[in-house]
Amino acid sequence: MVRFLPEAHFASSGAGDLQLLPLRFERLDDHRYLVANLVGDILLMSAAELDRITSLAVVPGDGLYERAVSKQLIARKNQTSQLQLLGLRLRSRMAFLRNATPLHIFVVTLRCEHSCPYCQVSRRSTDRDRYDMSEETAMRGVDVALAAPMQSIKIEFQGGEPLLNFELVKKIVVEAEQRSAAIGKVVSFVITTNLALLTDGVLEFCREHAVLISTSLDGPADLHNKNRPRPGGNSHTLATTGIRRVQEILGDDRVGALMTTTEASLDRVEEIVDEYISLNLDGIFLRPLSPYGFAIKTKQFGKYDASRWLTFYERGLRYILDINRQGRYFPEFYASLLLKRMLTDRPIGYVDLRSPAGIGLGALVYNYDGKVFASDEGRMLAEMGDRAFELGDLASDDYRSLILSEKLVGLVSASLTQCAPQCSSCAYEPHCGADPVYHHATQLDPVGIKPLSEFCARHKGIFRLLFELLEGSPEDAAILRRWAAA
Amino acid sequence: MKPLPLSGQATAVAGMSNQTGRMVLRVRTVADGRGDIGTHDIALVRNMDDAASARASGFQAACLVGGGADLGNIFPQHIKLPGQFAYLGDGDIIGLQPHSRKLRVLYRRGSSHNAFLVTERCNHYCLMCSQPPRDIDDGWILDEIADALPLIDPTTRTIGFTGGEPLLEWRRFVALLDATRMLLPDTSVHVLTNGRGFASAEVVSAWAAVGHPQLCAGIPLYSSVSDIHDYVVQARDAFDETVLGILRMKDKAQRVEIRVVLHKITAPRLVETCTWIARNLPFVDHVALMGLENTGFALANQDALWIDPIDYKQDLATGVSILDSVGLAVSVYNLPLCLLDREIWRFAVQSISDWKNAYLPICDGCAVRSSCAGFFSTGRMRESVGLQAVADHYSMVSGST
Ligand code: SF4
Ligand code: SF4
Repeated sequence: MVRFLPEAHFASSGAGDLQLLPLRFERLDDHRYLVANLVGDILLMSAAELDRITSLAVVPGDGLYERAVSKQLIARKNQTSQLQLLGLRLRSRMAFLRNATPLHIFVVTLRCEHSCPYCQVSRRSTDRDRYDMSEETAMRGVDVALAAPMQSIKIEFQGGEPLLNFELVKKIVVEAEQRSAAIGKVVSFVITTNLALLTDGVLEFCREHAVLISTSLDGPADLHNKNRPRPGGNSHTLATTGIRRVQEILGDDRVGALMTTTEASLDRVEEIVDEYISLNLDGIFLRPLSPYGFAIKTKQFGKYDASRWLTFYERGLRYILDINRQGRYFPEFYASLLLKRMLTDRPIGYVDLRSPAGIGLGALVYNYDGKVFASDEGRMLAEMGDRAFELGDLASDDYRSLILSEKLVGLVSASLTQCAPQCSSCAYEPHCGADPVYHHATQLDPVGIKPLSEFCARHKGIFRLLFELLEGSPEDAAILRRWAAA
Repeated sequence: MKPLPLSGQATAVAGMSNQTGRMVLRVRTVADGRGDIGTHDIALVRNMDDAASARASGFQAACLVGGGADLGNIFPQHIKLPGQFAYLGDGDIIGLQPHSRKLRVLYRRGSSHNAFLVTERCNHYCLMCSQPPRDIDDGWILDEIADALPLIDPTTRTIGFTGGEPLLEWRRFVALLDATRMLLPDTSVHVLTNGRGFASAEVVSAWAAVGHPQLCAGIPLYSSVSDIHDYVVQARDAFDETVLGILRMKDKAQRVEIRVVLHKITAPRLVETCTWIARNLPFVDHVALMGLENTGFALANQDALWIDPIDYKQDLATGVSILDSVGLAVSVYNLPLCLLDREIWRFAVQSISDWKNAYLPICDGCAVRSSCAGFFSTGRMRESVGLQAVADHYSMVSGST
């Protein structure tokens, strides 16, 4: 008869045989903790269980030992595979760093015919010469963009309203296409516009050059028009007609919309989502207001806090999940971004939420006057007189001098979540990111005191919400997993 | 339910011998009147008329199955096989030991389940091993396979190598893979190995250097908890080496399949195991979740291992969906459809090798029998309480691999 050895022969002999791997935790309430491993796989535990893990008071067969081993919170001392796996996964998650500066934003004009109270760039309605980007500046911007090491880059046109300077947009597109082809690079384009000035000529050009359209849509007509006043009060009509025209002529997938949450939006999330659905848009991004530009001047920012925003977000997300449950694939884009980080190790270098921060390393902004900023929000601060994120000037700088500027290096290295107070011990750190612009704007410090930060409160809230949906609601979890896999 | 006999004894062997004491023969039908008869080819004859025409077409040796005719006059070199080998057909390959008359059918041209046993030796001693390892000197098997490879029909879609642990003699085994790439470049090659050998960079480099475009290593991993995996395979540190091996293989862009056999120790942890694989090894090429073949050691360890598949039906469905949701290719092997959640029918594969695949009387009235994996005819079958003929074809999609 063959002899087999009992289970105990292969089992760890207890604490002396075990090692604690890097872990971080977040208290949910008096009894429950979220415990995350090095790469942010999260496990729910009682306080007593967490105590036992950290003191290695677990033994094979007690259930907790198995959970902790499976989640890579502990490992046998002589084992290397678990460490190798964690290292490999961390490397994969950070691989976005290989692709420096994929996004280049050209502010082709500061003029706009809208007058939105939350606008984050100060608008000027006239004076072409003063507030439009010159061709010379634009061409230098193209030089810098093409000097970025990335093989494929994206050029985004912003304003003001970029269609007010469409001639320059065309010149930049054609120039970037020709020059990138010559050096074997790929450039894609997107115009961020309120669509009020959309013409057949614009659409024709966009089709020829595969230019994407991004616009603003805040919800149903009364809400949108209240948020986005313009002479005639017809912003909503112009936006929705414009979206339909782009869909018809360029295709459904060639236009996306962004919404901004004002106080008036807070109890109307279902209507806002419905508006996106009825326009056949492929998802929605539920965005909070940012503390820049006119949002500050007109006291829009600060009208609601993180907890009110989270209530709005959760209500919206649940409504969107309902829609998905009825069979329509319709993601909330921010959740889907965070879920990619929570459920996969794909390198997600989303410019506004990553660490090292995306300022400069993820995007450069070329302002109408040639000034170069580390982010779009950074240039909005400059419009308010705060030049903390101004990296240089196209007249005198090149890609290297901008990216290696002491200012940028200083801001990025100061704000790393990997070592910032609070963040470095936060269970959500692997999925979160640094936002030195936000924290500079609100706390005059690129790191920020996280317990006072609405950015932090919002993110903790969303992470927790997503975790609870993933754990507690199998049907929602299946939908969220599909978003993450997309 | 009886498996097809793949080994046995010839009733007569005449005029056949060589120094090595073993020979590899390819049986050929006579009717074709072929001009490509090689030294390893042996005519498959049913009677004296066949034998005469075989002789006329140039065969030097013949194989008579299940008959009493006296071939001696026409073919001084011949073998006679009992009737149980009547299934042999053109192009099939047998290994014969002339002195003992023992033979094994090494390859059946009409089958898509050809697997070569590379060795019976193993550094695992799995609780449910269907091919219990023996510590014997069986290096000759590699020679036999090397002899057989040139005789295999190059249009064969797939062949397997199994053990024992093929990587124990990794240099000789990799040489065999090299030969396979040269002789069978269009055949996909599936190797069952415990993967521990791949923890060595040298082995992985040699493996990668083979450069066969369709070479895949199928590696068992039974739990995310190393203690449990090590217990199931009865070897300390097995988990660590196996996982490091998988990582090294993927680092060199080699194809890897993870195989999880489901029994009373592994099945209750399946969701945990699948979650771990999905998070830590989403880059492997395939994951197979496999029903237990109740034979070999699995019989000896029945009390520790037997679980009715109906009891893990829900966990299996969950496990499959977790793996599928991260884009992993998943298959369910060896489990009948009536024991699977319909949601995962599309992952179910008719995986049981044709020579040991069977169905039950209850299956006769079943609407999905033609796509059901059925049962192993080897060992001692244990019937699930959940078996039930399916009345309709609802949402049936055939297997994915
Ligand atoms: S900002 Fe807040 S949620 Fe994000 S990592 Fe830092 S402490 Fe955690
Ligand atoms: S009853 Fe149908 S589904 Fe069940 S084992 Fe038989 S053929 Fe397969």
